[in-house]
Amino acid sequence: MRTLLAELKISVLVTLLFAVLLCGAYPLAVWAGAQALFPAKANGSLVLDKDGTVRGSALLAQSFSSAPYFHPRPSGAGTSYDAANSSGTNLGPTSRKLADVITAAVAAYRSENDLGAGTAVPADAVTCSGSGLDPHISLANASVQAGRVAKARALPPDRVRALIKQYTEGRDLNVFGDPGVNVLLLNRALDQEGK
Amino acid sequence: MNSPNAWLQFAVYVGALLLITKPLGLYLVQVLEPRGRTLLDPVVRPFERLTYRICWVDPEKEQSWIGYTLALLTFSLVGLLFTYLILRLQAHLPLNPQNLPGLPPHLAFNTAASFATNTNWQSYGGESTMSYFSQMVGLTIHNFTSAAAGIAVAAALVRGIARASARTVGNFWVDTVRVTYYLLAPICVVFALFLVSQGVIQNLRPYTVAKTVEPYYTQVPKTDDKGQPVMAADGRTPMMVDQKVDSQTIVQGPVASQIAIKMLGTNGGGYVNANAAHPFENPTPLSNFLQILSIFAIPSALTYYLGRSVKNQRHGWTVWGAMFAMFVAGVLACWRAEAAGNPIHHKLGVAAADGNMEGKEVRFGIFNSALFATITTDASCGAVNSMHDSFTPLGGLVPLFNIETGEVIFGGVGAGLYGILIFVVLAVFIAGLMVGRTPEYLGKKIEAYDVKLVMLVLMVLAATILGGTAWATASVWGKAGLANDGPHGFSEILYAYSSAVGNNGSAFAGLNANEPHWDTTLGLAMLIGRFLMIVPILALAGNLAGKKLIPASAGTFKTEGVTFGVLLVGTVLLVGALTFLPALAVGPIVEHYLMHAGTLF
Repeated sequence: MRTLLAELKISVLVTLLFAVLLCGAYPLAVWAGAQALFPAKANGSLVLDKDGTVRGSALLAQSFSSAPYFHPRPSGAGTSYDAANSSGTNLGPTSRKLADVITAAVAAYRSENDLGAGTAVPADAVTCSGSGLDPHISLANASVQAGRVAKARALPPDRVRALIKQYTEGRDLNVFGDPGVNVLLLNRALDQEGK
Repeated sequence: MNSPNAWLQFAVYVGALLLITKPLGLYLVQVLEPRGRTLLDPVVRPFERLTYRICWVDPEKEQSWIGYTLALLTFSLVGLLFTYLILRLQAHLPLNPQNLPGLPPHLAFNTAASFATNTNWQSYGGESTMSYFSQMVGLTIHNFTSAAAGIAVAAALVRGIARASARTVGNFWVDTVRVTYYLLAPICVVFALFLVSQGVIQNLRPYTVAKTVEPYYTQVPKTDDKGQPVMAADGRTPMMVDQKVDSQTIVQGPVASQIAIKMLGTNGGGYVNANAAHPFENPTPLSNFLQILSIFAIPSALTYYLGRSVKNQRHGWTVWGAMFAMFVAGVLACWRAEAAGNPIHHKLGVAAADGNMEGKEVRFGIFNSALFATITTDASCGAVNSMHDSFTPLGGLVPLFNIETGEVIFGGVGAGLYGILIFVVLAVFIAGLMVGRTPEYLGKKIEAYDVKLVMLVLMVLAATILGGTAWATASVWGKAGLANDGPHGFSEILYAYSSAVGNNGSAFAGLNANEPHWDTTLGLAMLIGRFLMIVPILALAGNLAGKKLIPASAGTFKTEGVTFGVLLVGTVLLVGALTFLPALAVGPIVEHYLMHAGTLF
C-alpha cells in the first residue's frame, strides 16, 4: 500500500512536470523557431493579393468549376473543399455510391473537355483524394484540361502549356513522390495573363 | 509496379533504414543504461537529476517486475484521468480560439484511453473537435509518455533475458525519463522544424478565412426565421436552396510539434481528420519520406539494442531480418493490388494504368500510399497518408493482416520488440517440442510458466478482436455506424477492433464510431490490448531474470541465422493466419472476388 501511494505521488508529479516541459516548453520552442525561420510556411503558406487579402493556401485545393479555370480533383472534405473538415469519401471498392459518383464525374469530365465517349479519363480527375484538399492534379489531367482553358481564355495553347510546366511540382530531390500541377497557383497565374 | 522510380524510392528507404539501425541502436544502449553516456549529457544531465529530485524518484533503486508494473499502471492511470478531464473541460480552458465545446463522456473516455495506450484511434475529426490546448497538452503528453513507457517495457524484458539469477528488471521512472529526455524530445525539436520547412504549420492563430478565387453555389437546407428547416411540398424532405460560397476556412494551430512525436513515437493520431494525407501535416514527398523513416527508426534500432544487450548481435539481426521479410512482402502485395486498380471503375472509363487513386494524394501516388499504409500498420503507428477504406480489397487486406499479426513487424516503439519476443519464445518452444528436448532461449530454460504467459497474451488479444467484431456485427449499434454495405462493411468492423486491440489507431475510416457503444467497447479493447499484453510480459521478464544460465551444448537450438528466422516468420504467420483467416475470408477476400465479378453494394 505504501509503495502504491509512493508510485501515485511520483505519477502525478512526473505528469505535471512533463506537461510543463513537453506540452509547454517543447511546442513553444518549435513555434519560436518556426516563426523565426519559416514564417510563411508556419502560418499556412497563404496566397495573398497585393493588398494583403488572403485568397487561399498554396497547399490546399479550393473549388474551381468554370471553363476558364483548371479544375482540382473532386473533394470529399465537408460539403466540398472545406479546409476545416478534411476527409476522403471512405467509400470502398464495391460501393454502388462510389461507382455512381465516378460515372457522373467521368461523363462531366468528358463533356467539359470534348473527349469521346470511349476515352479513358485520368484517375485523379474523377476520384476524391485522401484529404479532400489535394492541391495537385496529375500532368495527364492538366494536359487534357489545357485545351479547354486555352479556348475559354483565347490564349495560345503553348502559353497555357508553358504555365502548366511552370507550376508543376516535380519529384523531391528528383526521387521522392510523384509530380503534380498546383491548381490554385496555376489558375492565379492565368488570371494575371494579359494584365 | 513497372515504375523504376518507385523501385528506387523503395531502395532508398530500405538503405536509409539499414543505415540508422546500428548507430541509433548503440545510442539506445546508452539511453537505457542509467549510467550510460551520451553526447547530450552536458545539457540534459542536470535536467534529469533535477527531475528525479522534484519527483521523489530514487534513480539508484531498481524495481522487481511487480514494482515496475505498478509504476507503469499508476502512471498510465494518472495520465488517462488527466486527459479525460482536459477534454471534458475543454470549453473552460485556454487556447480555444474556435470556441469548441467540451467532449461528451464517451468520446473523452475513448480518446483518453486511445492516447494513453499509444493507439491514437480517433472517433473525432481533430480540426472540428479539439482546441489547441487539448491537442498540445491533453494529447501530446501521451504521445511522449506512452512511447517512452513502451520502450521502457521492452528494456525491462530485454534485461530479464540478459540477466541471470536477478531479482530486478530496472527502474520504470529512470527508463521513462531518460527515453523522453535523451531520445524523443531532442529528435522531435529538430524533426518538427524540418517539417515546418516543408510546409507543416506551427502557430497559435485562429483559423484563417480566405476569399476564394472563384465563388460557387452549393445546396443547403432552407430554414425559417426561427432556424427550423422548411419542408418541401411532400412534407418529408427538407427544401433546398442555393447558397453562395465565396470563402474557405483554413485550419491553423501548433501542428508540427505534434506531428513529429506522433510519427517518432508511433502514435499516429492526426492533428486534423485526414491525418498525414492533409497537406498541412504532410506537405511534400520529402516530409512523407522522413515521416515513414521515423516510424521504423526506433523499432528497428531496438533489435540492435536487443542483440547488443544479450551479447548476441546475430540474434538481433535475425529478428530484424524476420521483420524485414514480412515488411517487404506486405509492401509488394499492397502496391501490386493498388497499382492494378479497380476493374469496376475501369469499366466506367477510369484509366486503368493510373491504379486506384480514390483516397490517395497526387504527390504521393500509388507507391508511396501503399508503402505508407504497410509501414504504419507494421508498426503500431496508425497515421495514414491515404484512406485505407477506399483501397482495393487485397490492398486493404495487407494493413488489416499486418495489425492482426500482433504489431510485430518492427511494431510500435518498444511494443514491437516485446511483441516479437513473445513469438520468439513461442518459436523456441515449438522447436523444442519438435526435437523433444526442453526448449532454451539464450541460455535460459523455457518452462511451462513462461509458455502459459505467452499463450495468455496471444489468446486474450485474438479473443478480444474476434469477440468485439462478432458483437458489433450482430448489433444494431454496430451496423448503424457503417459507411459501406456488403463484405466491406464487415471489414470496417473487423478493422476497427483489430486496430484498437493492436493499439494501431488507423481505421477503415468511413465507420462512424463516435457513439457510446462504439466508443466504450473500442476504448476497453485498447486498454485490454495494451495492459493485458504488458503485464504478462513484465511477469515473463521477472521470471526470466530469476533463472540460472545453463551453458550452451551441442543440442542447443540456435536462435540466430536463416533457420530460426524462417521459423520465427512461420510462427507469426501461422498464429496470425490461422486465428484470423475465417474472418478475413468473409471480409476482404470475398470482396476481392465480388469486385472482379462487378458486384456493387
